[in-house]
Amino acid sequence: MNRRHPTQEAITFALLLAFGFLFLLPFLWMVSTSLKPLEETMKMPPEWIPSSFQWHNYPDAMRAMGPFWTFAGNSLLLAGLNVVGTVLSSAWVAYGFSRLDWKGRDACFFLLLMTMMIPFPVVMVPLYTLFRDLGWIGTMKPLWVPSFLAGAFNVFLLRQFFLTLPRDLSEAARIDGCSEFRIFWQVILPLAKPALLTVALFQFLATWNDFLGPLIFLARESHFTLALALQALQSTISGTPWHHLMAASTLVVAPVLVLFFFTQRTFIRGIATTGLK
Amino acid sequence: MNRAERRNFARAMLFVAPWVVGFLFLNLYPFLASVWYSLCDYSALSVPVFLGFQNYADLFRDPVFWKALSNTVLFALFAIPLGTALSIGLAVLLNQPVPGQGLFRTIFFLPSLVPAISLAILWQWMLNGPVGLVNMAVRPFLQAINAVAGTSLQAPDWLNDPNWALWGLVLTGLWGTGHAVVIYLAGLQEIPVELYEAAELDGTTPWQRFVHVTLPMLSPVIFFNVLMGIIGALQTFAVPYILTGGADGPGRSLLFLATYIYQHAFDYWNMGYASALALILFLVIVVLSFLAVKLGEKKVHYGGR
Repeated sequence: MNRRHPTQEAITFALLLAFGFLFLLPFLWMVSTSLKPLEETMKMPPEWIPSSFQWHNYPDAMRAMGPFWTFAGNSLLLAGLNVVGTVLSSAWVAYGFSRLDWKGRDACFFLLLMTMMIPFPVVMVPLYTLFRDLGWIGTMKPLWVPSFLAGAFNVFLLRQFFLTLPRDLSEAARIDGCSEFRIFWQVILPLAKPALLTVALFQFLATWNDFLGPLIFLARESHFTLALALQALQSTISGTPWHHLMAASTLVVAPVLVLFFFTQRTFIRGIATTGLK
Repeated sequence: MNRAERRNFARAMLFVAPWVVGFLFLNLYPFLASVWYSLCDYSALSVPVFLGFQNYADLFRDPVFWKALSNTVLFALFAIPLGTALSIGLAVLLNQPVPGQGLFRTIFFLPSLVPAISLAILWQWMLNGPVGLVNMAVRPFLQAINAVAGTSLQAPDWLNDPNWALWGLVLTGLWGTGHAVVIYLAGLQEIPVELYEAAELDGTTPWQRFVHVTLPMLSPVIFFNVLMGIIGALQTFAVPYILTGGADGPGRSLLFLATYIYQHAFDYWNMGYASALALILFLVIVVLSFLAVKLGEKKVHYGGR
């Protein structure tokens, strides 16, 4: 690999260009369609650059969805609550599974790993009846309260990270008379910032992108998330205003892409480590 | 336990308490309730009435169930190998010393961030029969084949054609494969360069090095990804549901087990039958994961780390 093969390099580069182009194309097509007048979306052969940029497609699509800012607010609120709940509870529980020794710890941890095998569609029916009996259907609670009860995957991730921190840190703090809570809060958490940031980012994305949860648990339109509101629009419209659908889709993707560009390193590092460990 | 041990245990319980509560109410109870409901006639409005194995008996005679099961397994069977091959291929390309590596990695990764709702609506448009971008790319090839071979092949109307809808979904999935590319690339970068140098000195071709060095060294990562892929593919719901406008496609070609559970539970309020379906889905996941693990024990090479 140290020696350079010019032809091999050129072929590699050409292939990367071709695939890169293929992967980018749908994004370009989405944005291009979102800025066209309706008649032009059906034009054959297509125009990549709209004859005139229809910026008003965006506010039009937002109006078609209904109270857009309410939906955006709901999505943000749920994502925020889920991030706070997941980070706090998963770190708290992971601490118990990594920095403390107790009888039955490994058996319990094995149980925790096993729960990752149970997919949501398998338990969604009893969860629905449970939340209904609690009076939570018609509220947003089913979509954020559970996040405060520590997700198995995130506990696993943080436990692996906490295990890499030297034990002497806790011992020294204990000898100084630190309570376990203070060790957690003032010693371990500050050291775990990169791992916590990774968990927070993944959780934000998972909540923002979630579709099945809101579809099942949300009963009132005023509680709808952006994803659910967009699906409601898509399944009710007659005809095919593709320019509006593409504009709305772009609006739902945009925050995710913006977030990615600001946190790229954390993202890529987080995915690489979760996939290899 | 003596006093110190008891205190120790109590303190540990304080920390793991949120998970214990979550385990009991969000995992154990729903799972056991699923088993119970699956043995009952339960409309969600009245109390469950015990039926024995009636739901399961009905299920085995239900052609729609078999359609959902075969679609689910077929989708996993096509999507996972194709996705794995594509993402390993892209990762190998990215692992070469070429300009713009970081930029290409970002480009491949971006689609995997797109929410299911946007992804599905975008691909509904991409796969549109008359004016979709995919068919615009396909038509010139078909015309060339038709001209040479004298055939009259037509571009398919992907999502409106029962024979092509599943392939449309596979294509959609391939676009979102970038997550795996990032993982495979990280795996490739951990393979010691000396192995390649030694192989090169032995006069091997790049293909031989790929088969005898890269694949075995990467096999633990491949195994983990395939396992996660199986679990993920078997519970496919959101993208096909949205692609079909909240339905299951022409001739139920995009009906999956998760879709069928959803329909029975929340369209027909037939919670008992839905729970029986849910347990079958769980069983399929357990069996296929078990097979993957067994196969993995034979083929995965753990010497590298």
